[in-house]
Amino acid sequence: MARYLVNRVAAMAGILLLVCLFTYAVFFLFSPDPAVQICGKTCTPERIDQIRDNLGLDQPFWSQFLTFLKGIFVGRSYGDGVSAVQCSAPCLGYSFQSSQPVTDMMLQRLPVSATVAIGAAVLWLLGGVSAGLLSAVREGTWVDKTLTGLTLGGMSIPNYVLALVLQYVLVVRLQWLPFPQAVPFSDDPVQWFLNFVMPWIVLAVGYAAAYTRLTRANVIDTLQENFLRTARAKGLAPRLVWRRHALRPALTPVVTVFGMDFAGLLGGALITETVFGLNGVGKLAADSIAKNDQPVIMGVTLLAAFFVVIGNVVVDLVYTVIDPRVRVGT
Amino acid sequence: MNGPAQNLLEVSDLTVSFPTATGHTDVVSHLDLTLEKGGALGIVGESGSGKSLTSLAIMGLLPGKARRSGSIRFAGDELTTMSESALRRVRGDRIAMIFQDPLSSLNPYYTVGAQIQEAYRSHRKGVSRRQARQVSIEAMERVHIKDAARRVDDYPHQFSGGMRQRVMIAMALSTEPELLIADEPTTALDVTVQAQILELLEEIRRETGSGLILITHDLAVVSEITDHIVVMRYGECVERGPVEAVFSDPQHAYTRDLLDAVPRIDDDIAALRTPGRAGEAT
Repeated sequence: MARYLVNRVAAMAGILLLVCLFTYAVFFLFSPDPAVQICGKTCTPERIDQIRDNLGLDQPFWSQFLTFLKGIFVGRSYGDGVSAVQCSAPCLGYSFQSSQPVTDMMLQRLPVSATVAIGAAVLWLLGGVSAGLLSAVREGTWVDKTLTGLTLGGMSIPNYVLALVLQYVLVVRLQWLPFPQAVPFSDDPVQWFLNFVMPWIVLAVGYAAAYTRLTRANVIDTLQENFLRTARAKGLAPRLVWRRHALRPALTPVVTVFGMDFAGLLGGALITETVFGLNGVGKLAADSIAKNDQPVIMGVTLLAAFFVVIGNVVVDLVYTVIDPRVRVGT
Repeated sequence: MNGPAQNLLEVSDLTVSFPTATGHTDVVSHLDLTLEKGGALGIVGESGSGKSLTSLAIMGLLPGKARRSGSIRFAGDELTTMSESALRRVRGDRIAMIFQDPLSSLNPYYTVGAQIQEAYRSHRKGVSRRQARQVSIEAMERVHIKDAARRVDDYPHQFSGGMRQRVMIAMALSTEPELLIADEPTTALDVTVQAQILELLEEIRRETGSGLILITHDLAVVSEITDHIVVMRYGECVERGPVEAVFSDPQHAYTRDLLDAVPRIDDDIAALRTPGRAGEAT
């Protein structure tokens, strides 16, 4: 078990390193000169040289990449002498636009993205899994057909369309929800909560639809399994047949997919956050792409990759607990 | 032969049908079976002859769409009119079943011990976990699984094919059933393992005095451990009788073809003729 864990973590570190290298190479090779960007409109060639020197842009690729990596693990400094700026680990550089440290910018926005992701996840898990179970149990009936139709709709409606429709219906027409205002949780928890209701729904709909289908298909498959026949042949009550023999195998794949989806969302729900003006990591990414703010784009990319890789490892570990066949060393 | 009171199982006029585009199609039609207490009956036939559905019909485990008619009397009780909850008390307790593919018939998520105990505990209310565990270990020992006290906590995938089938048999035995139905119990196994499993079934029958219905397409299997045989084709019984009689003097062309299809070690290669088309001949 310990060895399995070490292997998984080592592989994870390797993948993250590759992601770093690839991301850095893309921005190094394909982006316009950052020094010109930082310098702005009124700029002298001397100033540009100074910025290049400060950022180490005159160094070769590998040297710059290693400095970047070093920044993440032990921190780095920009410039030298009295004007040197110390950037402590994990340092991902400074925004070209706001000159704020990228790490701080992301950390400030992470709670918003996490709130969006957690709330939506609760909704789509409850909604998707229960709808999927219902659909499977009532396979072929009008309930099943209705749910299947709804999932098709849920999967095909774009987030921004759904967001606008919901805003119009829930806020403008029915006035069930107040107009969203940015308030911290500590000031007005109710308003804070209501602000998130629409983003949660919008984000959850697509996932819930996918989970409904996944659950339905898995349950129907599991009900065909020979071991279900065995369970019935033992004379078990239907309740036990379901709980012990059908649900566990049927819901195991949902865990895998959920781990991936949730981890992906921690890296920011780009469209939903942008549509609702939520200052999460996704909106940060959208804004910095518009402004070609390379250090921020790179930071957000790495953060998202980090979550996905961590999510994978967590799913693998959870699997060793719920599925004895992947248990190691047995 | 014996009076009806002494028969363990009496199936009469059993018909199982499935809905099709043109109405209902019979997959088992007007089948009669009789099994004495402690007797061993072989049901033989090719794939699709309705032999497995017959066993599911006896257990009351037919797929939802299937229709069943006729009478199934088990130890004097009519199973076809029994309530579902009463039937559940018979299933797994008084009639136990073993299936063809032991790997897929065992739930991969639970230890074999848990699965054996589950059968036992659902029929013996108020049994402690400890007792049930002991019963499962003893059942595993009875089917000659070595080191049963340790292996009881292993999962199905940690057993070989033959051992898995032994686990299935142990599961069936744990409640000491009066009737054991084995549906192609050796088909998924190697020949040498097949022989061991058959030997085990025979041994259990001898020791416990339970009845056995063995469903197979393999005549060699039937000849080894059953005393009566029913040959099925297209859902109907084409021939029945004591094993020796049917084997030595088959009356029906289909039975003769089945017997001819079995290669014998003392046969001349040239003598292995291709079976004729019995269906058309009769």
